[in-house]
Amino acid sequence: MIPTLSIDELSIRFSHRAGTIEAVDRLSLKIAPAECVGIVGESGSGKTQVFMAAMGLLAGNAEVSGSVRFEGSELLGAEPSTLNRVRGSKITMIFQDPMTSLTPHLKIGTQLAEVMVSHLGMPWRDARASAGRMLDRVQVPESKRRLNQYPHELSGGMRQRVMIAMSLLCEPSLVIADEPTTALDVTVQAQIIELLRAVRGESGVALALISHDLAVVAGLADRILVMYAGRIVEDASAQELFRRPRHPYTAELLKCIPSISGPRPLRLPTLVGQPPRPAEVLEACPFAPRCSRAADRCRIERPQLTGPATGQVACHFPLA
Amino acid sequence: MSDPLLRVRDLCVDFGANPAIRGVNFDLSAGETVGLVGESGSGKSTLARAILRLLQPVRGRVEFLGMDLLRCSGAALRAHRRDLQIVFQDPLASLNPRMTVGEAIGEPLQIFEPRLTAGDRVRRVSAMLERVGLGAGMAGRYPHEFSGGQCQRVGIARAMILSPKLLICDEAVSSLDVSIQGQIVNLLLDLQRESAMAVLFISHNLAVVRYLSHRVLVIYLGRLVEVALCDALFATPKHPYTRALLAAVPQLPSATAAPAAPMVHAAPAVPAPSAASAVPVLPAEPIRPARLMASGCAYRDRCPYVLPICETKDPPLLEASAGHWVACHRSQETLIPLSFA
Repeated sequence: MIPTLSIDELSIRFSHRAGTIEAVDRLSLKIAPAECVGIVGESGSGKTQVFMAAMGLLAGNAEVSGSVRFEGSELLGAEPSTLNRVRGSKITMIFQDPMTSLTPHLKIGTQLAEVMVSHLGMPWRDARASAGRMLDRVQVPESKRRLNQYPHELSGGMRQRVMIAMSLLCEPSLVIADEPTTALDVTVQAQIIELLRAVRGESGVALALISHDLAVVAGLADRILVMYAGRIVEDASAQELFRRPRHPYTAELLKCIPSISGPRPLRLPTLVGQPPRPAEVLEACPFAPRCSRAADRCRIERPQLTGPATGQVACHFPLA
Repeated sequence: MSDPLLRVRDLCVDFGANPAIRGVNFDLSAGETVGLVGESGSGKSTLARAILRLLQPVRGRVEFLGMDLLRCSGAALRAHRRDLQIVFQDPLASLNPRMTVGEAIGEPLQIFEPRLTAGDRVRRVSAMLERVGLGAGMAGRYPHEFSGGQCQRVGIARAMILSPKLLICDEAVSSLDVSIQGQIVNLLLDLQRESAMAVLFISHNLAVVRYLSHRVLVIYLGRLVEVALCDALFATPKHPYTRALLAAVPQLPSATAAPAAPMVHAAPAVPAPSAASAVPVLPAEPIRPARLMASGCAYRDRCPYVLPICETKDPPLLEASAGHWVACHRSQETLIPLSFA
């Protein structure tokens, strides 16, 4: 079976006056058809850049190497015309802030219909009708009226529903959702998570869910990739990751997350130190300076992601 | 108990013709942390700004050490400002990009302690930088050279340099990564223990509020709908809105081990939000809030337990059990089921 998305040895570097920044370092991952993969990591860990590379949306000063294949065909270095056939139709993206990712001066109906007119060559009238049906599907009330409204007339939750509708118009194989609920209130977040779950169930689309919030990912993903300093440090089924985290970073991170139930410790557990500045290629474990299990080997040898397909970890001394 | 440090009475704020804050009452004592939670647009930040008189309320009193901040002269207000400090959400945006962090932290000293020599000021700033975990050597750097967590430490240092009696944190940890968030929360806890300042901690993150607060205020469309001790609020939330908020918080699967830190509170387990899929059946957000705020219970459109009386009569905030205040016509009923199905 051909994976929906297959990334091999992807490296992304940004050069600027003060030198280069290694944002993503020899990263490989696969997403199977209809699979929901959660990508978690702190800001600066490179989780967004991986998918920006796949979409050909990296900043101009980025140098990319490696391979990103979508349903078998290479996306890195592809002609814009080739990319444009895929992105927005077969691979779509939902961003954190639906206000800035919708065009403020176009009506919702126009923005949705435009996708089908340009990608599927649909007549405007049919496209608008389809857009209305899609709004119904993502549970936007009064869809007819919404088509004639502008983004600023909708609430944040409604705008995110519109973005989700837009991402589904051309029956994509892969939807990349980058922090889709981060800007939303907790009550609205719960509804959007529920909607994404329903969408997955109905359409069989593969979903890459990027988030800094493990709890959001926990409710949706089949498999979770934990990123740290431009690398994947753990790749495990959602169940396994929470029950038995193997990378020390994952374990520490889970301890840091405050909960609304259970005991209330006097102090919040924290990770000591800061993530490394993504400055140079490290031939070492990037987590070693913050890790209680680190030994000499961790400071000179880069740990590779190894283990069975159900749970891989990049650590010389993983937790049992 | 001694007199509270801050006493807010019947505070009302309007934005033009639109009501934003309605009849808010609460006290805050020295050494106490009160959490303020609610959705965006509920008036959390407006309440904070009204307390500091960064906004002019239309009615009510804000008594700080017995003086009404809303009616005192400009000079008296300025004299009190050193005791009233605020830390904002976006640490980078709230620092002047052209000032070194040393200058930014020292500026309040220049204003309020002008007789201090330059050398003494530098020493105070260095000590404060050390205290917030940045190191005195950082004083000459500019905000853009720092990460978000470090900038927030600078913001806290700047607020703390005058040893305020009241610190308002307006979403002060919301933009930070979870590993950094814990460091900042612990720093606030330490600073508070040292100085016995009062903290009003505003956040939409209920879990963080739970860790920090002694008491919690829940605000909905400009009104307090529930006020309770922290453990009571999370264990037995009484207002339907508080229950809906708690039920919507995504939870990690329970297999994650409990933190190994020393326990002070053995809070009873929260009964409701078990599965991540337990979504309260609530309309997304209030429709036409001005109409809802005009009369009756502001939450009635989203409430699964609504009664005819909720349409006409605004429920007052009443003490349902000791120290647990609820503004709901059904707060005395025990039959409200905890599930939202």
